Amino acid sequence: MSDNVEKYIKRNVNKGINSRIAQKFVDAGLEVMRSCINCGTCTGGCPSGRRTAYRTRSAIRRALTGDESVLSDIDIWLCSTCYYCYERCPRNIPVTDMIIKLRNIAVEEGYILDPHFSLANDIFYVTGHGVPANGEANKKWQDLRESYGLPPLPPTVHTHPEAVKEVQELLKSVGFTELMENAAKLKGERAKKEEKKEEVK
Amino acid sequence: MNQENQWRYGFFLGCVAPNRYPMIESSIRAVFDHLGAELLELEGAACCPAPGVFRAFHIPSWLIIAARNISIAEELGVSPLTGCNGCYGTLRDAWFEMEHEPHLKKMVNEHLAKIGRKYKGNLEPKHVVQALYLDMGIEYLRDHVKHKFKDLKVAVHYGCHILKPSDKRPWDGEYENPTFLDEIVELTGAKSINYQDKFMCCGAGGAVRTAVKEVSADFTREKLANIREAGADIIIDVCPFCHLQLDLGQMEANGVYKNMIGEPFKTPVIYLTQLLGLSFGIDPNKLGLIKNHNLAGVPPFISIDPFMEIVKEQLI
Repeated sequence: MSDNVEKYIKRNVNKGINSRIAQKFVDAGLEVMRSCINCGTCTGGCPSGRRTAYRTRSAIRRALTGDESVLSDIDIWLCSTCYYCYERCPRNIPVTDMIIKLRNIAVEEGYILDPHFSLANDIFYVTGHGVPANGEANKKWQDLRESYGLPPLPPTVHTHPEAVKEVQELLKSVGFTELMENAAKLKGERAKKEEKKEEVK
Repeated sequence: MNQENQWRYGFFLGCVAPNRYPMIESSIRAVFDHLGAELLELEGAACCPAPGVFRAFHIPSWLIIAARNISIAEELGVSPLTGCNGCYGTLRDAWFEMEHEPHLKKMVNEHLAKIGRKYKGNLEPKHVVQALYLDMGIEYLRDHVKHKFKDLKVAVHYGCHILKPSDKRPWDGEYENPTFLDEIVELTGAKSINYQDKFMCCGAGGAVRTAVKEVSADFTREKLANIREAGADIIIDVCPFCHLQLDLGQMEANGVYKNMIGEPFKTPVIYLTQLLGLSFGIDPNKLGLIKNHNLAGVPPFISIDPFMEIVKEQLI
């Protein structure tokens, strides 16, 4: 019996823990994922899993066992970060944080959806807001503010150009801009490969 | 220390309230002013940054921009205060992590030094509801109630990040069945009704709305069906992004899931301080409840007229 445990169970668990993605979790201080018993409590309370193919348990399992397709799968972007899995995990694993980290790894490897890339690169980096109201194109939002007795633009980055520069400097300094450039490059290369495959067909 | 000094906050606006739902910003300002609390401006604050998107792209960037935002409040010697669950999630989680992990604080300050800023810590980021319930207290709020609704059924929507992760929130670990928001709502004479899956997510967060709008709208559809089934007159929320999802998303759900829902949904969505302000006797103009413009394609997308009719019948 104990031989079987050794042969069929322990071996797979070890393989899981040594996967490349698992190592990234460990590096990020999330070695607690080793205690996942794949019980499915996370999936059971997941409001996204009720209506999509996203299965938290499966995403975590795939990550730990080195199934890298989990990174390119849109499923990990369907978690609304409601934190029920985090709260209810009987092994105290911060499951939602694991999904967030998994997304970080995906972006690092160039798996980022177009609308997310544009939100990060063209909106947040440029304006300092995730949902901006500045510029001529956003005139109606400025008018709306005024109609409720507020100045046309809030006292945020929108009225402090030097603050936008500060944000951009920090994003450069911490490697955000580089990360986005790299993601765009990897994404582009992948798209080209796909195109070639189509041509060959 | 007198009360006014005690209740001073740095008003962290975020993105959705000031830039899409300014009526929420107006109503928070009006109610805090009425209660004798001072809101200082956080000049040059940026996006929090949003926890579901930007943290999901790069955790260190998220932490550093959050630390910069908190440091602006630190310069004024006050806690940052936000009326948004998403901003609350970011500011509070970032604060919590830096308080508990000295190496993160050190890393953040190495970057902040390049723009001449410093993150010190200690000042706890707070939610508008936290300030109302824990700083001022329910009795203080009750003393300000002038008008009470006689018959108003409210579906309270807490949202996720005001409650969770519960180890980083001030509600003593309660996340399954909290009551603080219902207690505040019921001060106004309204009845907070129970409905199925009351604590379920609105569907907007976690980058889902940007990724696949139909999935977000499906969360909202389920939520709205449960709210309608329970006979609610209005929805009360405490997060501009939930607000956007329950208002604009309500319209989207009416379109995308037309064949599933029967009659289109039309439940007015009201932010907590709008309701509370009415009960305190604050001019509805100051609470962003009266439309003074002819702009098209702006909120509220679901008419709040049925609610204003109730206000006229019961409060005036």
